[in-house]
Amino acid sequence: MDTDTPALRDLERMAATIRCDIIRMIHRAGAGHPGGALSAADLVTALYFRVMRLDPRNPSWPARDRFILSKGHACPVLYAALARRGYFPLSELDTLRQLGSRLQGHPDMLKTPGIDMTAGSLGQGLSAGLGMALAARVKGLDIHVYVLVGDGEVQEGQVWEAAMAATKWQTANLVALLDCNRLQNDGEVAGIMPVEPLAAKWQAFGWEVREIDGHNMREIVETLEDVRDHAVRPTAILAHTTKGCGVSFMENVPGWHGRAPNDEEAERALCELRRRLDG
Amino acid sequence: MADMPTYPTRYAYAEAVQELAAANPDVVLLNADVAKSMRTNEFAERFPDREFNFGIAEQNMMAAAAGMATVGLIPFVSTYAVFASMRACEQVRTMICYPRLNVKIAASHGGLTPGQDGVTHQGLEDMALMRSLAGMTVIQPADATSTRKAVWAAAAHPGPVYLRLTRDPVPVLYDDSLQFEIGRAITLRDGEDATIIAIGDMVALAVEAADMLEAEGLEVGVLDMHTLKPLDEAAVVRAARATGAIVTAENHTLFGGLGSAVAEVLGEQCPVPLSRVGLGNTFAESGPYRELLVKYRMSSVDIAAAVQTVVSRKDRVCSG
Ligand SMILES: Cc1ncc(C[n+]2csc(CCOP(=O)(O)OP(=O)(O)O)c2C)c(N)n1
Ligand SMILES: [Mg+2]
Repeated sequence: MDTDTPALRDLERMAATIRCDIIRMIHRAGAGHPGGALSAADLVTALYFRVMRLDPRNPSWPARDRFILSKGHACPVLYAALARRGYFPLSELDTLRQLGSRLQGHPDMLKTPGIDMTAGSLGQGLSAGLGMALAARVKGLDIHVYVLVGDGEVQEGQVWEAAMAATKWQTANLVALLDCNRLQNDGEVAGIMPVEPLAAKWQAFGWEVREIDGHNMREIVETLEDVRDHAVRPTAILAHTTKGCGVSFMENVPGWHGRAPNDEEAERALCELRRRLDG
Repeated sequence: MADMPTYPTRYAYAEAVQELAAANPDVVLLNADVAKSMRTNEFAERFPDREFNFGIAEQNMMAAAAGMATVGLIPFVSTYAVFASMRACEQVRTMICYPRLNVKIAASHGGLTPGQDGVTHQGLEDMALMRSLAGMTVIQPADATSTRKAVWAAAAHPGPVYLRLTRDPVPVLYDDSLQFEIGRAITLRDGEDATIIAIGDMVALAVEAADMLEAEGLEVGVLDMHTLKPLDEAAVVRAARATGAIVTAENHTLFGGLGSAVAEVLGEQCPVPLSRVGLGNTFAESGPYRELLVKYRMSSVDIAAAVQTVVSRKDRVCSG
């Protein structure tokens, strides 16, 4: 187990680095989903570099914490975090979506070291996370399970089936992180199919609800650690985020949900992100 | 056949999975509000910490089973065939088969056996759907004895297994000495004139049909093809070579099940006359199981008639 706890500033720099990786990977692949990967970068960084108990040298360590990227289309953020954490060489990020690559278009637990659950069909990750949380109970393992869910994704009924069941079994080791970036594929969540009031919905399903700024590293870390150490029931963390966060021309623009930047756009994006890294 | 003891294979499953759980602490059971019907509620009483009733939420149950398997458990997911294979089809495909997770799906009410409940509860497409999934093992045992053995074999087999069960009682064909091996057909009877390849509850009807034909002077073999996938292709080819005519019998639609699988093997490896008994391009209706089989031409009489047809076609060469 790795016990060093990086400072907030280091985490912020790592998140910026991961954002650069995301842009480079998707640009190189010529396809992918930058918007939702960028919006989740701070959350994923906090989990992999501070909050979760992991061992990159032993990806299948039974007592590790688990992470499920239920919004699997955002996987470049996860691949970058895993590579930066040492699960596989950084150079492999260049192979995203290519034939023979271990980095599939959506997460594949059999191919990529460090991936705890296959995902990409929206609405299913929380159920799998619930299964892991219950299995930990049966096996006597003290593990925490984190599931990152999109705010459009909660339109899937299965999410609410899982929410109901987690309350029945009071899986305090299950955390749903909601990437509330207010956008989905076809446009604004509020216009496509409204999901609000989200906090009231999760509360009504019996969950503890926390609301945070999903780009404020201090708030993210403090909340995740508090929930990890003190939760008595399943917790939904509504992280308010900006889709495309970190790249000005991608922020809040639905069109950047699922398209790759061209050469010029990638260069501009990287320039902006590097300024953040240096600043 | 009429004087044979009968037993629903769903109950045999429920009993066997308890014995299995007593021997293996990783076995857990997942229900979706049909535990009483499948008698898996007895498991819940005996192993309260290893039974999870998800309520009427099969999609969640299936994906939760996948999550459990990643942590090292062997979940047996129990519901009806219709809901396991169709309501939760994509969960089975993407969350269980794609990551090759060790989940066992026990699907009761296979075929027309939930007769009176009608079409909504009759799982007639499930085998075709499950067979199409990469890496899925698909089994329907013929009787209670082979069901018990199939439960243990499924647990010992790494990866996803779909185990189809009957709601209604079916004849007990085997005693405990049975050797049950996934992917290996059981020869119930040798013949010379034709072979009936049957699966699940249709195996008993195939034996009945062979008895009827014997009285008419035909020697007909019977194969219990309990594993639809991976299919025992060698057994199919052997039967085709030995008897020159094949009939398949399944309590399932004719589109994509045992008949289709056997036709694929024969077409590629040993073309001989083939006739398939199963449900045609229609939904069935409510009614007692046995009466439905008669109305929808899936009874032992229909199997026997199909044998007569293939035997008569033996010397006819197919040409343009
Ligand atoms: C079941 C399912 N339906 C449709 C899709 C196609 N799809 C991929 S991403 C997406 C939108 C997701 O929106 P959201 O959950 O808000 O994610 P984010 O905004 O964080 O990218 C859709 C519809 C899918 N992957 N799965
Ligand atoms: Mg969104």
